[in-house]
Amino acid sequence: MTSASPTDGLLGQVLREEAGPLVARLARRFRDFDLAEEAVQSAMVEALTSWRRDGPPDNPAAWLQVAAQRNALDGVRRSSRQRALAERGDSPASATTGTDDRLALLFACCHPALAPEARLALTLRAVVGLTTPQIARAFLVNESTLAQRIVRAKRKIVDAGISLTVPPADQLSERLDDVLAVVYVMFNEGFVASTGATQDRDLAADAVWLAGVVATAAPREPEAWGLAALLTIQHARAAARFDQHGGLVLLRHQDRSRWDHAAIAEGERLIEHAAALRRPGRYQLQAAIAAVHATAQSWEETDWLQIVMLYDVLARLDRSPVVRLNKAVARAQLGAPEEALAELDSLADRLASYHLFHAARAELLTTLGRHDDAREANRTALGLTSNDAERRLLTTRLHSRPLDDGS
Amino acid sequence: MKYVLMYTSRPDLDANADPEAAQALYKRVYEWFQENGGIMADSGAELLGIETATTVKHGDDGSVVVDGPFNEAKEVIGGFSVIEVADLSAAIEAVKTWPLLDLPGNAVEIRPMVEDYSHMEQ
Repeated sequence: MTSASPTDGLLGQVLREEAGPLVARLARRFRDFDLAEEAVQSAMVEALTSWRRDGPPDNPAAWLQVAAQRNALDGVRRSSRQRALAERGDSPASATTGTDDRLALLFACCHPALAPEARLALTLRAVVGLTTPQIARAFLVNESTLAQRIVRAKRKIVDAGISLTVPPADQLSERLDDVLAVVYVMFNEGFVASTGATQDRDLAADAVWLAGVVATAAPREPEAWGLAALLTIQHARAAARFDQHGGLVLLRHQDRSRWDHAAIAEGERLIEHAAALRRPGRYQLQAAIAAVHATAQSWEETDWLQIVMLYDVLARLDRSPVVRLNKAVARAQLGAPEEALAELDSLADRLASYHLFHAARAELLTTLGRHDDAREANRTALGLTSNDAERRLLTTRLHSRPLDDGS
Repeated sequence: MKYVLMYTSRPDLDANADPEAAQALYKRVYEWFQENGGIMADSGAELLGIETATTVKHGDDGSVVVDGPFNEAKEVIGGFSVIEVADLSAAIEAVKTWPLLDLPGNAVEIRPMVEDYSHMEQ
């Protein structure tokens, strides 16, 4: 693992601000997304080495642009096809701003014609400015496997003619779903895995930033604002989610004074913005549920009735068993643990391999005094999680500490 | 960009289709080709059934002629079109309205055509 130096935070911010627009600009100029992306990636690796050693330059954005441009031209010299294009100079001046460039790039990286697992990796590299080793570390995957996946996806973008454009208005909502899904997964991967000190990039923070970028660029799309709200509110709890040993602290036991209340207020403002567009959706409802949790004084004083009602609406839009699981957990808080357990058991077929299903079931079984069954469910949950912090939590549970909500 | 659209179906499932519904769908197919006439580039073709296929393939002692298609897949290609559109998204949008996608087992494969042979000129 690369050691994280004090400048890494700044470095990461510069890279994520500059990488996407730079890739988009070079791709337009050289009409080759693969070449542009590779040039920017190499420039980022050079920047990480040089800036860590000598400190960041006065104008990091210009530094990065010069380096990327030089790399692209080096690449062009190796390829006669692009040489002709480069000699023609810039393609006609375009009126698009940096944000539109980045959005167009994001739509290409999240295109439904790409394999789902490649969309996230490519987005992280081209749009958010992560290096392949950073992505491999974040997802605990083999670096060469990941590199292969990225190469394949980039070739498909070039060869199959996936263009770097924002979809027309009549296709925007549908295509945006794919983009939001990638940002959402990015946040969740970062949120579960991040223990702060062990990573040189905070994926969850990057996802919050990207969700904000998307919402700003698609101001008439309520789900974009809903996702930005959801991630902002969830991320506001980040500091309270881990104890000093890196152990996961569940919502019920979190020190609510350590939450970022300004960020929570910002999240609520984003929800209102989304709601004003009057097209409810999954992310908006999840954000509303997160807001109810985030504004409660304590676990006990949480407005569970409102949460259950919000889950009812959500379940109509999103038939995933995970939504029904969460709804059942909330209902149990209203004093109906037996009904909640029956609901959970009806989902057993579909959620058998989901560790939080067994963790939630264990909690209900404990509430009902069925301690042997609860231990069995906790053991199953433990066997299914791959995340260290979650594993530690479930181990603690097995040694019969009070059980919890799985948040 | 030029793409070839390959229309595939599952004859085993097609056999179950209601003849009247199928007739109505073919009318929509005809209309679809009229509506999308603007993107049709080179000529395409509808193919006769898989039972008419003959395959010539590699054999150790020279080529071998066999009755039937080149693979045993359940999906068979029933026809193809060559289209020219701005990008893959435009191709996908057009293909999404292909009427036969209402029938189970039907699919359209979109494949970009090689158009740049400059690497052969060196």
